[in-house]
Order: sequence, then structure tokens, then C-alpha cells
Amino acid sequence: MALDLQPPPTRPSAPRLADERPPGIVVDTAFRWLAFAAGMLVLVILGLILYSTTEQAWPAFQAEGIDFLIKNDWNPAAGSYGALSFVFGTLLISVIALLIAVPISLGIALFVTEVAPSWLRRPVITVIDLLATIPSVVFGLWGAYVFAPWVLPRYEDLANAFSGVPVLGTLFNGTPVSARSFMTAGIILAIMVIPIVTSITREVFATTPAAQKEGAMALGATRWEMIRGAVFPHARSGITSAVLIGLGRAIGETIAVVLLIGSLPNKITAELFSPGDSMASVIVSQFGEASGTHRSALIGLGVLLFIITLIVGVIARGLIARSDRKLGLAR
Amino acid sequence: MTAATGVSHLGASPGRGLRKAKSSIATVTIVGAFVVALIPLALIIGYVIFRGASVINADFLTGEIAYSPRSPSGGIGPAIVGTLLITGAATALAVPLGVLGGIWIHEYGAGSRLAAFVRFLADVMTGVPSIVMGLFIYTFIVLNTKQTNGFAGALALACLMLPVVIRTTEEMLRLVPDEQREASMALGSRKARTIMRVVLPAATPGIVSGALLAVARAAGETAPLLFVIGFTFTTNSSLFTGGNTALPVQIYGNAASAFEAAQDRAWGAALTLIVLVFLFTIAARIVSALFVRKQG
Repeated sequence: MALDLQPPPTRPSAPRLADERPPGIVVDTAFRWLAFAAGMLVLVILGLILYSTTEQAWPAFQAEGIDFLIKNDWNPAAGSYGALSFVFGTLLISVIALLIAVPISLGIALFVTEVAPSWLRRPVITVIDLLATIPSVVFGLWGAYVFAPWVLPRYEDLANAFSGVPVLGTLFNGTPVSARSFMTAGIILAIMVIPIVTSITREVFATTPAAQKEGAMALGATRWEMIRGAVFPHARSGITSAVLIGLGRAIGETIAVVLLIGSLPNKITAELFSPGDSMASVIVSQFGEASGTHRSALIGLGVLLFIITLIVGVIARGLIARSDRKLGLAR
Repeated sequence: MTAATGVSHLGASPGRGLRKAKSSIATVTIVGAFVVALIPLALIIGYVIFRGASVINADFLTGEIAYSPRSPSGGIGPAIVGTLLITGAATALAVPLGVLGGIWIHEYGAGSRLAAFVRFLADVMTGVPSIVMGLFIYTFIVLNTKQTNGFAGALALACLMLPVVIRTTEEMLRLVPDEQREASMALGSRKARTIMRVVLPAATPGIVSGALLAVARAAGETAPLLFVIGFTFTTNSSLFTGGNTALPVQIYGNAASAFEAAQDRAWGAALTLIVLVFLFTIAARIVSALFVRKQG
């Protein structure tokens, strides 16, 4: 790794002797440039995504201006594209998903690193990883035809039980005909983000210095006190970035959400059992029949998604890099 | 921590019972979290097998796509072919480029700010939503070529796989000891030869295992394909002429349909897709297990 510290490939690392007839130097140089080009592809693609989608979204951005973001009025028939309700829907289902997924993920990560006997660790990790390999369309299918029918009566019970209660009465309301709602989408999303949040927090927990854990135990701490006193403080920024990466996943999830959220535009409400729409889901549900400014506005939602997930990703990865440096794991 | 660990003298301190109780509650909660996550996994896989198995037969796996969603016949043959073709082409694009990119970051760029930046962006790029990749290929390729085909879908999937392959490669190269590079260079090999003959072979199993996981994830993606691959009712073995279809797209289309026959097909296609994805995943595990054994 420390063999060649010179930055980009301006010069092949040719030995001096090779001046007259450099065997293989052409291949060597070509390979270096090829590798360089492949590395730069990441930059190129990210740049092209931004350019190409923004170019197509421009007519809608121009027509709507800031209203695209702050107006709750999505009415393609009237040529009005205020996308606020989709931003709201995306945030709402992501928050529901994280509120459910983060505690469970932290629990699983602690189970693997602190509680489970060592022979059980590998199988547990495998099982959680298995959850990550189920395609999102299968989550959507299962959610729509198995989970939603099962959960509908529970929603109704909750709505009845809490009707009239100040805050909860509003939250647990809006019973939809089919159970396709913010809540249903949020719950299924939670299952989908558990593997990624678990795997990151697990790695962070695993780096807690054994000496600190043993020290805590030696001082008479119970396991829970040891976790609170030694593991959590050590993992704080790691947990934050895991939550952010989970948030990025939830924000961008499309197919499961479109099958579960009910696809009802312009719905901004605190009623969790009400159908709604998210940025990603409305793109899929309306793209087929859209043209002109409508299509351009949907692509604009894609631009918005891209920018939001980039920002979330940069913050999350920045935090990870910082905590790595702090631990002396600088790469 | 059990009671009998030689700290019994602390047992006399006030609040000890309460603290132990708290810890036990926490432990039970932690175990409970794992169980809670197991339930949906078991339910989903169990239900997909239960519903899918009653649909799948030779006619279903090879038959053409039903022209009408309410028709009880019809299969997913074209979608299986489409998924294999599109995912295969995406792999052929993303793996060589991703491996090269990883090589650049670790073998050539190591220590430079540019390489650190590219590595960081590759991490961030893994978080770009798949629907955005679909819109990107739609605006950049489909609108310019004015046609939808399997290759456009392959490009979208390749964009999703690329950063994963780059990061896997880079991490696996990091595990190759510097002594091996130095030995090769000392014998007079140029850098490219050292990388191709010494470094890369040592890292290959890890890269293969990571790439297979990326393939498994890509094979299950729906959103990037929806707007770019077009449609076909019959098997289209060409990536470049005419529309194509894929298993996830069929599942989505049939799941969104109100007809029972279509929903049955969705379950059948879901089981087929899950089996396909699990095969890739299992292959990845086998490769990485062999790797671990080889490393001792």
C-alpha cells in the first residue's frame, strides 16, 4: 500500500534502466490509465445523474419555481405541480420506519456482540443478512396481500380505542378502506432497513475496546451497565451514521412503498392510517401516463430525491470516517 | 453475566437486586429484538413458498406472458430470460470496471486526496436510490436513443452495482499483505503485472463473493427497470432490439393488478425470483467460506 504514494497517473513507475527498450511499459501505462478512468467513473456518473435529470426536470422547475417545494397542490390536469405533500409523505414514512427499526436494530446488534454465545453469532448475522436479500417488490407484495389485510382490524381497534384522546386520537385515525397507508408503508419499510442499520451498528459495537468492557465488568457493572457505560458512549457517532444510512434507504425506497402507501396525492395529515404518497412512489405510479411538464415534474422529484439522499449520505459517511479516525482506524 | 462470577461481595451493596433486574430486563429485550426481526423473515419466506409453490410448474416457468391480466394461463418464461440477460449484462459491465476502480483507489491512488474522495463518493453512491438510477438512464439513454431495451436496464443495474464492487475490491485488496507486492516488484515485475498476477489473484475470492451479493441485489431491483426496458409478451433474447421484461417487473405489474389470476402469477414469480437471489447469495457464502479456510 505504501509502495507508491505518488498521486494520479501522470508518470508510469518506470525503472531508469528501461529507457531504450522498455519491455511492458506500454501495457503498464495503459493499465494505469484504465484503472484511473474506472476510478473516475464514479465522479462522472454522479455528475451525469445530476446534469441529465436536472436538464429534463428544468421545465417543471421553471414553471413552478419554489412552489414546487412549498406548495401542496399536485394537480397535473390543471398544470399545477406543488410537491409538498410528497416530501411530507416521504419524511413521515421514513420517521415511522426509523422509530421502529432503530431500537430493534440496536437490540439485534447488541445481541450479536454482547449477549449471544459465540457459536450463535454467525448464524444470527446470516439470518439478518438474508432479510436484506429479499427483493423490495416481494416486501411490497407480501405487505399488500398478507400484512395489510391482517393489520386493518388492528388499525380500526386502535382508532376506536383512542378516538377523542387528544394527540393519539389524531395519530391513530384515518382508517383507510384497504389498510394501505402511511403506517403500513412505514412498518414494512422498517423491516427493510433493519438489516442495514443492524450491520453498521454491529460493526461499531464490535470495535469497543475489550479492556473497557472488561474494566466495567470488573468494577461490578451488570451487563446492561457495561453496555451503557462502555459500549454506547464509544458508538455514539457510529449509531448516528447508521440511523442516517437507514434514513437514506427509507427515503429512496420505491416499489414496496408504492404498493403499500395508497397513492393519494396532496395528503398532508397527522393521521397515520390515512393513505398518502411519497416522492419515490408517485414517480412510479404516475410516470407511465405522464408527459410534458407532468413528466418533467416527476423527474424533478427524482432530482430532489437524489440531492436529499446525497446530503444524508455525505453526512453519514463523514461521521463514519471521523469515528474511524478517532479510533485510529484511518484508512 | 451470571451470578456466580466471583463478584459476590458486591451482592451486599444496596440496589444490587434492582440493578441485576434491570440488566436482565435489558437482556430479555435484546433477545426479543432479534426474535421480532425473525418473525417477518419467516412469515415472508414461508408465505412466498406456500403461495408460489402452488403456481409454479413447467408451463408457468416457460410460458409466455399473459396478454390479459385476468387470463388464468400465462407464464414468466420471458421474464426469467430477461432477468438473466439484463443482470448478466449489468454484471459484465460493472464487475470489470468496479474491480479496476477499486485497483486504482488502493494500488495507484493510495494516500492521495483524489483517491480518498473517490472512495468516499463510491460510499455515498451506494446510497443513491434505485429509482434515481432508473430516471437517470431514462433521461440520459432512453430519451437520446429513443428506444427502450434490455441494455438500458442493464446500464441502470450496472450503475447500482458499480460502487459496491469498487468498495468490495478496495477492501479485499487492503487485506493482501504488502510483502507480496514487494516480492513481486523485487523480482522485476512492473506494477500492472504485479497487480494482475499477484495481488488480484490473492483478493479474487473476496471480490467474487462481494460481486455475487451485488448481483443478487441487482437481480431483485424493480424501480430502475420500469421506465427503461419497455415490454414484451414473448421471449426476447436480444438486449438491443425491442423491449424486454424481468421478474421483478412482472411481480410488480401483477401485484398492482386487481385480478386473482394475476396475483397468483405475482406469487409464482416472487418464489422464482427469491430462489434465484438465494442461489447467488449461497454461492457468495460458499466462495467466502472457501476463502476463509484458505486463509487459515
